Amino acid sequence: MAKLDGKIALITGGTAGIGEAAVRRFAADGAQVIFTGSNEAAAKRVSAETGAHFRRSAVEDPAAWDQLSGWIREQFGRLDIAFANAGIEAGDGSVEHISIEGWDRIIAVNLTGVMLTCQAAVRLMRDNPDGTGSIIVNSSMSAYKPMGNFIAYSTTKGALVALTKSVAIHCANQGLKIRANSIHPGVVETDLIKNIIAKQADPAAARAAYEGMAPLNRMGQVDEIAALVAFLASDEAAFITGSEYSIDGGSTAGMMGV
Amino acid sequence: MSRLAGRVALVTGGLRGIGQATVERLLHEGASVVVADLDESPDGALGQNSSYVRLDVGDEGQWQATVAAIQAQFGRLDILVANAGIGGTGPIREITLEDWHRTLRVNLDGVFLATKHCADLLAQSGRNHRGGASIINISSIMGLVALPGAGPYNASKGGVRLLTKSTALEFAASKLPIRVNSVHPGFVETPLLMATSDANALAFYTAGTPMGRMAQPSEIASAVAFLASDDASFMTGSEMVVDGGWTAQ
Repeated sequence: MAKLDGKIALITGGTAGIGEAAVRRFAADGAQVIFTGSNEAAAKRVSAETGAHFRRSAVEDPAAWDQLSGWIREQFGRLDIAFANAGIEAGDGSVEHISIEGWDRIIAVNLTGVMLTCQAAVRLMRDNPDGTGSIIVNSSMSAYKPMGNFIAYSTTKGALVALTKSVAIHCANQGLKIRANSIHPGVVETDLIKNIIAKQADPAAARAAYEGMAPLNRMGQVDEIAALVAFLASDEAAFITGSEYSIDGGSTAGMMGV
Repeated sequence: MSRLAGRVALVTGGLRGIGQATVERLLHEGASVVVADLDESPDGALGQNSSYVRLDVGDEGQWQATVAAIQAQFGRLDILVANAGIGGTGPIREITLEDWHRTLRVNLDGVFLATKHCADLLAQSGRNHRGGASIINISSIMGLVALPGAGPYNASKGGVRLLTKSTALEFAASKLPIRVNSVHPGFVETPLLMATSDANALAFYTAGTPMGRMAQPSEIASAVAFLASDDASFMTGSEMVVDGGWTAQ
């Protein structure tokens, strides 16, 4: 399949997990991919295996966006797809225990970072000759099922629903054919989760607990999330904007009962 | 593209509009498609690898016969697209109980009967691929937001939304390899809508959609094809809204 042939795609946080899987999927579907992150060793490996271009860039830094946008304009002359994926949870806690530093840092990356990603994307995409573009925001099922011990993460993921719709409505009101949609993954078996499981006293029990969070009784795989991102990125989704797509093995569909 | 090669699909209401576009799309992706609709026989030629069955989706006996025929002909069913639907509008104080039942019978009973009678065959076939079998129920943005004067239609499409989620959870809990999701189109240029809408209505659909246009049936079919494929293997109980931004505003 090559449904992203000829498209230029930007993925933030592309050196691991869902972001890395999206780099691989987009490249396989024919796109030229630019990805950002901070882990240069991982970035080298992903670049070597996919041909994607790595740029070290911090999503929460407006000056870094000026540089990155200028570089994309210069190198590719356009941007068709932006996957606002970068996110963190380190430093989070409950409402009683989170530090202001932890809160500010997560808001900066998960919320301000996504706003800046969308801002840069729309500014580039509006100059595309055909005026089209697709922005995909990686929220989480935490937008609908907030976690008590992750207040900042849950809050930012909820806010991304409204942020994404605001971007979609703005673009539509401007007559731009730029679409914006959010995705809401359930528990996904990323390296981060694998490491957490491995460090538990009873890894098998920890794995079972994560798997049991979804009615399908398993974790999502990163390539399954990337497949939805690729669909929304493609012209197949030309009438889809302002939508929220859950991809969680049934986790938010209701209660499992007894 | 042949991501659905070797799979068998049933599309209700498959002769026109979104159903027709879905049939064309599934055929294009390599599936064999059983087209179901109310006509005695299709008007024109159906595509290669497709066949036709006359089916009133509100009639349980006809469902039993249809599933038996698919079992006999193909021995499998991988994809069920419950698309058949009719309108249902009017002031609530004036709608007759018969009108109400007519809409609910096709739009909601039809989805229930489709799910009930296809589930065993879908479960058998779904064990053979990563994403399992896939039920795609065509709801509407009218299953998410209301429109004055659309009581029966709103009720039926809202019912489809939650029937979909309940079924998704039940099948997951029973370890049946069947994913169940709903699609919620906005205003689509279907023959039915175009024929029954005056200029004012069409202007309302177009101007009221943030993207400033109505959808083509093929733009809904692409979402259905995604849900039918293994690309959607972790999606169940989800709603895919395809509405040009209507419900986001």
